[in-house]
Amino acid sequence: MNQYDAIVIGAGHNGLTNGAYLAKAGLKVAVLERNPYIGGATVSRELHKGWWYSNCSYVSSLLRPEITRDLELPRHGLQVVSFGGGATFMRNGDHFGNYSDHDRHYREMARHSKRDANAYDRYAADTSLQTKLIRPYLMRTPPDPTSMKPRDLRDLLEFARSFMDLGEEKLLDTIKFWTASVGDYLHEYFETDVIKAHMAGSGIIGTALGVYSPGTAYVLLHHYMGDVDGNVGAWGFARGGMGAIADALSKAFQSYGGEIICDANVDEIIVKNGQAAGVALKDGTEYKAPIVVSNLDPKRTFLDITNPSDLPKDVLKKARNFKIRGSSGKLNIALDGLPVFNGLDPRNRLMAGDLHFSDSLERQERAYDDWKAGTWSKDPYLDMMIPSLTDPTMAPPGKHMMSVFVQYAPPKVEGREWTDEDKDGFEKSVIDQISNYSPNFRDLILHCETRTPREIEAEVGLTEGNIFMGELTFDQLLFNRPFPGYAQYRSPIKGMYMCSSGTHPGGGVMAAPGANAAREILADLKRPNTVPGGYADD
Amino acid sequence: MSDISRDTMLLTTPFHSRVEAMCDLNDWGNWMGYTTPNAYFDVELEYFAVRSTTGVFDLSPMNKYRVTGPDAQRYLDRLITRDVSKIGIDRVGYAIWCDDNGQIMDDGTIFRLGEQDYRICSYQRADDWLAWNKLGFDVTIDNESEAVAGLAVQGPTSCTVLTLLGCTDLNQLKPFGIAHYTFEGQPMMVSRTGFTGDLGYEVWVPPETAEALWDQLFDRGHDYLIKPIGSYALELARIEAGFLQANVDFMPAEEVVRVGRTRSPFELGLGWLVDFSKPLFNGRAALLKEQANGSRYRFAMLDVEGNKPAEHSFILKGDKQVGTVTSAAWCPTAKANIAYAQIEMPHGAVGDELVAEIYYQRELHWTRLLAPCKVIDAPIFKSPKRWQTPAPPH
Amino acid sequence: MTDYDAVIIGAGHNGLVCASYLAKAGKQVLVVDGRNEPGGCASTREFTPGFNVSDCAQWLSQFDQSIVKDLDLKGAGLRLGKAKATISLQPDSDHLILDGDHVTGAGIDAVDQAAYRDFRKMVRSFAKLMTTLYRSRPPKLVEQNWTDRLTLMKLGLHLKLLGRERLRDLMRIVMINIYDVMNEHFTHTALKSTIALEAVTGTNMGPRSPNTVYSYLHRATGEHLGQTGTTQVIGGMGALGKTLASAAEKQGATLKLGAAVTAIVKTDDRVSGVKLASGESISAKVVISSADPTTTFRDLLGYHQMEAGMAKRAEHYRSRSGTAKLHLALSALPTFSGLSDAQLAERLVITPSMDNMERALNPMKYRELSDLHTFDISIPTAEDPELAPAGQHILTAIVHYVPFSPDIGWETGRPQLMSQLLSELESYAPGIGSLVTASELVVPSDFEASHGMTGGSWHHGELSIDQALMMRPFPGSTQYATAVDGLYLCGAGAHPGGGLQGLPGRNAAKEILKRGALS
Repeated sequence: MNQYDAIVIGAGHNGLTNGAYLAKAGLKVAVLERNPYIGGATVSRELHKGWWYSNCSYVSSLLRPEITRDLELPRHGLQVVSFGGGATFMRNGDHFGNYSDHDRHYREMARHSKRDANAYDRYAADTSLQTKLIRPYLMRTPPDPTSMKPRDLRDLLEFARSFMDLGEEKLLDTIKFWTASVGDYLHEYFETDVIKAHMAGSGIIGTALGVYSPGTAYVLLHHYMGDVDGNVGAWGFARGGMGAIADALSKAFQSYGGEIICDANVDEIIVKNGQAAGVALKDGTEYKAPIVVSNLDPKRTFLDITNPSDLPKDVLKKARNFKIRGSSGKLNIALDGLPVFNGLDPRNRLMAGDLHFSDSLERQERAYDDWKAGTWSKDPYLDMMIPSLTDPTMAPPGKHMMSVFVQYAPPKVEGREWTDEDKDGFEKSVIDQISNYSPNFRDLILHCETRTPREIEAEVGLTEGNIFMGELTFDQLLFNRPFPGYAQYRSPIKGMYMCSSGTHPGGGVMAAPGANAAREILADLKRPNTVPGGYADD
Repeated sequence: MSDISRDTMLLTTPFHSRVEAMCDLNDWGNWMGYTTPNAYFDVELEYFAVRSTTGVFDLSPMNKYRVTGPDAQRYLDRLITRDVSKIGIDRVGYAIWCDDNGQIMDDGTIFRLGEQDYRICSYQRADDWLAWNKLGFDVTIDNESEAVAGLAVQGPTSCTVLTLLGCTDLNQLKPFGIAHYTFEGQPMMVSRTGFTGDLGYEVWVPPETAEALWDQLFDRGHDYLIKPIGSYALELARIEAGFLQANVDFMPAEEVVRVGRTRSPFELGLGWLVDFSKPLFNGRAALLKEQANGSRYRFAMLDVEGNKPAEHSFILKGDKQVGTVTSAAWCPTAKANIAYAQIEMPHGAVGDELVAEIYYQRELHWTRLLAPCKVIDAPIFKSPKRWQTPAPPH
Repeated sequence: MTDYDAVIIGAGHNGLVCASYLAKAGKQVLVVDGRNEPGGCASTREFTPGFNVSDCAQWLSQFDQSIVKDLDLKGAGLRLGKAKATISLQPDSDHLILDGDHVTGAGIDAVDQAAYRDFRKMVRSFAKLMTTLYRSRPPKLVEQNWTDRLTLMKLGLHLKLLGRERLRDLMRIVMINIYDVMNEHFTHTALKSTIALEAVTGTNMGPRSPNTVYSYLHRATGEHLGQTGTTQVIGGMGALGKTLASAAEKQGATLKLGAAVTAIVKTDDRVSGVKLASGESISAKVVISSADPTTTFRDLLGYHQMEAGMAKRAEHYRSRSGTAKLHLALSALPTFSGLSDAQLAERLVITPSMDNMERALNPMKYRELSDLHTFDISIPTAEDPELAPAGQHILTAIVHYVPFSPDIGWETGRPQLMSQLLSELESYAPGIGSLVTASELVVPSDFEASHGMTGGSWHHGELSIDQALMMRPFPGSTQYATAVDGLYLCGAGAHPGGGLQGLPGRNAAKEILKRGALS
């Protein structure tokens, strides 16, 4: 009975996407999930009665529109709604607001610096150029630059050409951008600390680097390259929380005949004669299939659920050296009402966006210093949202749900495992910071779920609690993701594949890795491709 | 607490109360973040006010930068492509500025107010670029955009109207000249400049006297048939008169995302503003190279057959698409169908015969029209009044 | 008619090398420098009566051997000491000794010893590859001509020769940090931090900063070019400066010392010469600056003489540094726990673990003084007693991380830092404090003042990837030519960058000759 054409391990968004495209091609597919619920890090959970938490990922922009449309996710119940606004609250009682309207945004920036407000247009143009370079490669398999295969050579040539077309100066600027720190990059445009700090946040979220670490300018780009309804760089909420994405994907998958099996904790991938043959669960159950796709991160895939004797030594070494660093935590808070920050009217539309309290690059860098020293940031960088201002299903009327993403939290505290006391200390540093700017915040808290890297790893299975399943640094991007030579979704074992965020194009709720992997699997099976190509760039 | 109902509204200019009172059509647009009228009562009639009587346009949202200090002239000479020293005191010069690649960032007017005292009036904001240009120069740049309110007073009776307002001997003012007056105890500057190609002036006052200026202007001008005009009428006049506009006829270089979408002065027919006898200005090296190697595009003013404006048209040479139209209009005074186009080299030389592929819709029915057109060397509309001194009375 | 074919600003090693090559090709060359001694960073200074210290660079390891040969520097009297081992001092006096491919001591095991050999082998293969790039002008990628294409083809060939796995290794590690690479290769804490120290020397980066692998490879490439090992120059580093000066003069170049350039002069649209502090003007077909890019463009040429976009790029060029130098005059040879007197002639380094190096770095970022430092120590008198009065000694050390100017000011900060450094030294060399007869601390802002290095940056600008190779110093002024006609760069701010290599000077001379700029 337990015989399938393909087994996907992990019912996160990439696993479900991968399963959906394989099932759509006519394969008999099972997606196995360790938890009693699906979604992985794309979940909505009612952890306080009446309040729904997107308790891992919390906003959507990167989800590829090609996939949304092709898998008919709206028909399966997905509704992504844009949000606007956002602000960084300052120590001097002021704030910097991020208005979605261009003119209003200009005026708000000009209130801090007319020069910066004007430079923003230059910044937007230069950054758009970079997103335009990378977006066409999201729905594609990265070419192997060391390969001589016609397909790789052709793709590489095309890749190179898109860069050469920029001309010498813009090409060098592009290389500079890809290798620079977000702090230095922003310094080339802006003079005002709070404006730089507001933007620099996107360069460090989910990343074990500081605002002055080279390579963080790219991370910024990773947060800009998505879109909502063609609005590049815009972000939205999935109505009902991020779980709505996983739900819609699961329905799409099931509509093609796929099967989801929960409470199925995979112990090992079964390999026979160098060929994947299925998986064995911790409870001893076996599922057989000639195709096994791991949606776990590369470390778990190769070091936990694959027998080392089935793997070449270099892959074991590469998996061990793969950088997947816990750098963040999360608080999910049920609120009795809306907090007031720095005297800003809570009805102000800025409140519906991402809110922060780091008003200088130096504060962000010091937060990173704490992480380097093995402790959580005493003055953390927060990416805080109140989705219930946009989505009425998240909390009872008049009440609110607050999602607080916290940068930085180390995978281990000064070299040892997290304790409950550490967790309390971490929670306190976050609540204290918010309270510094909001006098009524503390009294509004009805329930708080605190997640350090320890909880994220234990519940979701992300190694070290790394949200991107591997650092987004250049050594682990494109043809280097997860490692050089294995960036085309194939593992060294025949029939075994990878489809997680640990593969190209990386983390965030994008679903592209799952889709790209399916395309490669179908090609190996010589089956017709069911995966859509990327939309052409304009 | 901030007033959230007003929080995202557009700003209003110092003339707004008066503009709003006259804006019968209640048709508003957004210019530089300001609420500005697209049309007051009838676009066609507003246009004819400019050509036959006097039209008044609220210029206040224009960006104004004051450049002062010992290096002011040297600073501007490096910034813009023409020779700034040739602009005398109380004179205005039309100018363009480029980036280092010789691509146009914006055009505007330079007002020389003193020995080392200039005002740049530009369509685009330029705070960032002007600040970068300050490196190495002893100058002060002040953004005066909000401190100076402006009205364009344009048309055959404009000199008379302004003279009645107290602008003594204004008829003696030469084109691109500046005259200074006092109005309501405040300074009032009048320059013989404009964007319509007709006799016309621009009047600059502090915001406090803006409403009084409007009131008295319309009072004195009543018998000379003064009318307010909105953006649509001005657009018609400027196309007829041969003026280019940023974001319409070219993209400001620094805001361009896609490779190859910027334009050089030569490619916009503005080579006459480039003075290579200056040893240094932004874009000089690149423009010298372009002059030697040739441009990619040519700006062409087209006289299109028929009466259907060639808006957004493709331009064909035979079967080949060689360009696109950036601005087009049927010009009511010249009685000509004019279009500006970007034509790929080597096409588009004066006299070249091309075809405009025009699409127009009547009662939901779309028609494709292949209209022959010819490249002309200058605008068909030419008002001698624009250049006459003393200015004619009407 | 111009006074000279070329005027070179700065008689540092790169300026002198450039002058020599140009003069050798028969060109009339003048080198001008505000200092009274030639050599720039290759200088020796009597910091207290009788004590002559290499007051900036102290080790020679990277000087390109082709230059040594081309200019016959040995014939001109250049004498190097013996290749030195690196001894990484440990608190328990069981020191780690790195000598060539061998590493011993400090309880290092065979696994790490073998790993070290493999690591060196890998680094050498990368360094060999980079040599191609370092000995050429940096190729343009889009507007390539045949020279660039040839360089790129050679590079491609060498990449191919690396083999697929090595190539993949290179692709992966070149942009990352030395911290991760060390942890991937070794388990021995002191070995990791000793190698990491090489990667951060002369920079403002910590081991965790991406780009530190590149800066390590930069150094390794230098060693590949130099082939001498780490050595000291007999007579102090100033002897290298003097040798290069006499080599340049021998080739026919003219040196004018004590003649500071105050301005690069432009006539019409091109550079036509320089103006000296004396008021004298010198005309030339080209001006070649070995000063750092900020000094060259901002201070000497002036931003007002460039197009604004280029001025903006120059202004964004980063030259932060956390490098200081400590000079001590000692009444006798000091005693270091666990070291023989003979070993004092080697290179001694003190470095905490990589994590603690990061901790040591943090205060610098916020303009504060640290309570922990790294030391790269030379006791030059152990090999070359002439540098100090008989029986007395000099200790000179490169120290990290020191802020450019601390918020408390150097007046307060300098004695504070001096006593901090001495107390750190004391724990490895008990009693050294009592031997000190004179001392001097040279902080980054001092280097800026004395050697004209903006930000005190030894590399004439940070060697991060976005300012390296074909991006050095910035797009539009690469390949030694600048955006201003007649103005060229030949200093460490040009490709391939900092360190006593001489290649920027040599490459620039070749490029200028090839362009026919002097004919």
